[in-house]
Amino acid sequence: MQLIRRASATEFPPVPTPWTRAQDRARRMPPPVLLIPALAVALLVLSPLVYLLVRATDSGSALPESLFRARTMSVTSNTALLATTVAISASSIAVPLAWLTTRTNLPHRRLWSVLAGLPLVIPSYVGALTIIAALGPRGIVQGWLEGPFGIERLPSIYGFAGSWLALTLFTYPYVYLSVQAAFRGLDPALEEAARCLGMGPTRTFFQAVLPQLRPAIAAGALLSALYAVSDFGVVSLMRYDVFTRAIYIQYQSSFDRSAAAALALVLVTFTIVMVAGEWWMRGRSRHYRVATGAARPQRRHDLGRWKWLGVGYCGAVFTCSVGLPMFVLLYWLMRGASTGDAIHRLFNQAWNSVSLGLAAAVFTVALALPTAILSVRYRGKLTTTLERQAYLGFALPGIAIALAFVYMGARYIPSLYQTVWLLLIGYAVRFLPQALGAERVSLLQISPRIEEASRTLGEGILGTLRRVTTPLATPGLLAGFGLVALTVMKELPLTMMLAPIEFETLATGIWQATQTGAYGRAAAPALILIVVSAAPSLILSQRGFEQTS
Amino acid sequence: MTCITETTRLLTRGSIAADRRQVLKLAAGGAVALAMSKSSTMAQEASPEATPAGELLGAPGELTIYSGRSEDLIAGVIDIIETDGEIDAQVSYGGTGEVAIRILEEGANSPASLFISQDAGALGQLAAEGRLAVLPDEILSRVDSRFVSPDGLWIGLSARARVLVYNTELVAEEDLPPSMLDLTDGSWNGMVAWAPTNASFQSHVTAMRMLLGEEVTRSWLQGMIDNGAVVFDGNGPIVAAVVAGEIAVGLVNHYYLWETIAEAGPVPAENYYFPEGDIGSLVNIAGAGILADSPNPEQALRALDILLGVGGQTYFAENTSEYPLSAGVQPISELPPLDDIQTPDIDLSDLDDLEGTVALLMEVGLL
Repeated sequence: MQLIRRASATEFPPVPTPWTRAQDRARRMPPPVLLIPALAVALLVLSPLVYLLVRATDSGSALPESLFRARTMSVTSNTALLATTVAISASSIAVPLAWLTTRTNLPHRRLWSVLAGLPLVIPSYVGALTIIAALGPRGIVQGWLEGPFGIERLPSIYGFAGSWLALTLFTYPYVYLSVQAAFRGLDPALEEAARCLGMGPTRTFFQAVLPQLRPAIAAGALLSALYAVSDFGVVSLMRYDVFTRAIYIQYQSSFDRSAAAALALVLVTFTIVMVAGEWWMRGRSRHYRVATGAARPQRRHDLGRWKWLGVGYCGAVFTCSVGLPMFVLLYWLMRGASTGDAIHRLFNQAWNSVSLGLAAAVFTVALALPTAILSVRYRGKLTTTLERQAYLGFALPGIAIALAFVYMGARYIPSLYQTVWLLLIGYAVRFLPQALGAERVSLLQISPRIEEASRTLGEGILGTLRRVTTPLATPGLLAGFGLVALTVMKELPLTMMLAPIEFETLATGIWQATQTGAYGRAAAPALILIVVSAAPSLILSQRGFEQTS
Repeated sequence: MTCITETTRLLTRGSIAADRRQVLKLAAGGAVALAMSKSSTMAQEASPEATPAGELLGAPGELTIYSGRSEDLIAGVIDIIETDGEIDAQVSYGGTGEVAIRILEEGANSPASLFISQDAGALGQLAAEGRLAVLPDEILSRVDSRFVSPDGLWIGLSARARVLVYNTELVAEEDLPPSMLDLTDGSWNGMVAWAPTNASFQSHVTAMRMLLGEEVTRSWLQGMIDNGAVVFDGNGPIVAAVVAGEIAVGLVNHYYLWETIAEAGPVPAENYYFPEGDIGSLVNIAGAGILADSPNPEQALRALDILLGVGGQTYFAENTSEYPLSAGVQPISELPPLDDIQTPDIDLSDLDDLEGTVALLMEVGLL
């Protein structure tokens, strides 16, 4: 998510300031008041990695070497295949959506613009479950087809096909949001120039517009791909053998924490390569970016007769990604109404989810702030390293982070173990990148001169931070807050392993119900979770809309 | 009071004995039993032999339980423990494997005192890593020794049989094969359901490997795949499909059919137990063990006592349709008696090589 925001930051590049070299160096010395907390956060983020290294090198177990190696190969190629195809298909769905909702006269454009981002609120495991229920070999759709067409069994949805479908449908909003922001920030001048030089609208789009969108597409596609690589719910339900599932099976079947940790480290390496690739691309594509200094309002294309095709497209995507899961959940709810959980229990779960989401969001946003400021205001080797390693939480599988905190918590800080505090720390490690990215974007938009003015007028570093920087960075802080709250409410492995005993959330409620196949009972918490998460996501997209239109 | 601390100490020490296995087992187990009988002697001078009704082992108080069985199945019996044993129980639920790993990673500081497991494999693993305490003989002696850890480190609470559930309208009982191995026969092409990701199925395959060897197991699995065995997500969906007539037969645990009948009334499906000690009719357990570093061993002991007593056993018999294993409680009358099931001769504590099974299932492409 941070990459989305960062991509949109190309609208407002940092204001170049005419400093002398000496002043520059002085300005870049990171003040300890920021550096110390940033270093502490860095240590926190590194701790699960240290745990994995300790576990993986723990030579107590004899790995079935050859099998392990062959397995690693197939798991790696499966993961690469899934990540690549999801990134491509998510981009293919998202780019036309973003174009339709920003650059055309699509009917109800504003409504579609919000709806198109909504699949983000469907937890991917719930989505996968509903896809299986609908499209499984003997699912709901097969039931409809059996009467008129006598089809007794649909082709299997399990394996690659189902995983790819589910992950595409529920992660394309990452690309959509990123590209949408980029569309809004595009300077129409280049397009106009292309048209003036005699290019047709199609050629203009592919030769003048699309190249400018490349960084945004790459950033969004990377997020989709990262999600695909780190997601466990979908691949376990679809039984597709990628890293997260292999790691889980390793833990589950052999209790062999060394082999599982070794696999997790391979996954970390895999993810780092992916992220580095995107960084490399971003670095090279910088010259594509355009400042919006004299941006004219963008012209909206008149869709004319194609208007309804556009609406049909938006509608089809929405139906598959949000309509289908909601339909299946409501179907289950109707069918299983009699066996539903007591209302007060659902209320309690919802209350816990919301308060945990909000608390984690505040905590994570606060923890990310020193690193964000350092990486924007005091750029240097150390601060850049601090920023990049904060993204580690994205690379680690949830179950590995959870077990790392189980290990450290129970052994070294028992007073925090199985309290909400350790859970909040775990969430912060996992979701720090989301807060960090959003904050960086806002900070990049604030001219350092305003802060300098505050300092010259006698305010200290912390005072400036509190009275000047933070208020100005509010949009970024809010965006990070919303994102973290949204994802924490959906999160499962950390919640299951680190929450205080008998502390139930909507996510654990869904899990409990699906354990015994009581899908009717999973429906109520799932629907509540979707509705509750829709609130921050609607606010987020609405705010984005107002900011730029 | 001293008796309680004594027992605590001895229970804790049990974990050391676990490593030295059989030899020390007798000594440590005996010592705990001695301590236990001392405490009951103090409480009930007249009859040190049996624990009279209403007189429970251990002590009331707070207890943290980690359960690998789902809340649906366990919450009811937790209520019984709380009421009958004056115990304030906190339960953490999760998958059996995840919970076991969590206990291993928590180390000596684990808040858990009692671990309730879906199968013998996870208990065996905790026992092998020295994380379970030796149970007193008063507990161990209450269950048939084939459902108890040979080292006295865990005990079966309820038993479940592997069966072939079949649709009575699609298949006649006399047409069912004498052995599970015969399901690879062409006459069963596309008619058999199984659930390779299910833990009970995997334990069953582990038993096959132990009893029949790697080669036979592999060729059976391959034969089943070639014969079009249909993959399902779990036992529940298989039974639902068999009841609906979507598929003829399925390999499942016995109790899923009875859960369906309890909800939906009579259905056109029955359980078939493979005869003559065939590998198909394996009887496995769900069980429990007390943690070696348990913060509340007395309360854990009391909970175990209740689980094995009339209240707990009746709960398992009636609510999960499993076979009770102690206190003279009988299974629901529709089930064939446990002793009538001609189960293969296998030591349940040998079923801990899940890793080999998973490797094999992956090799043939089922996982």
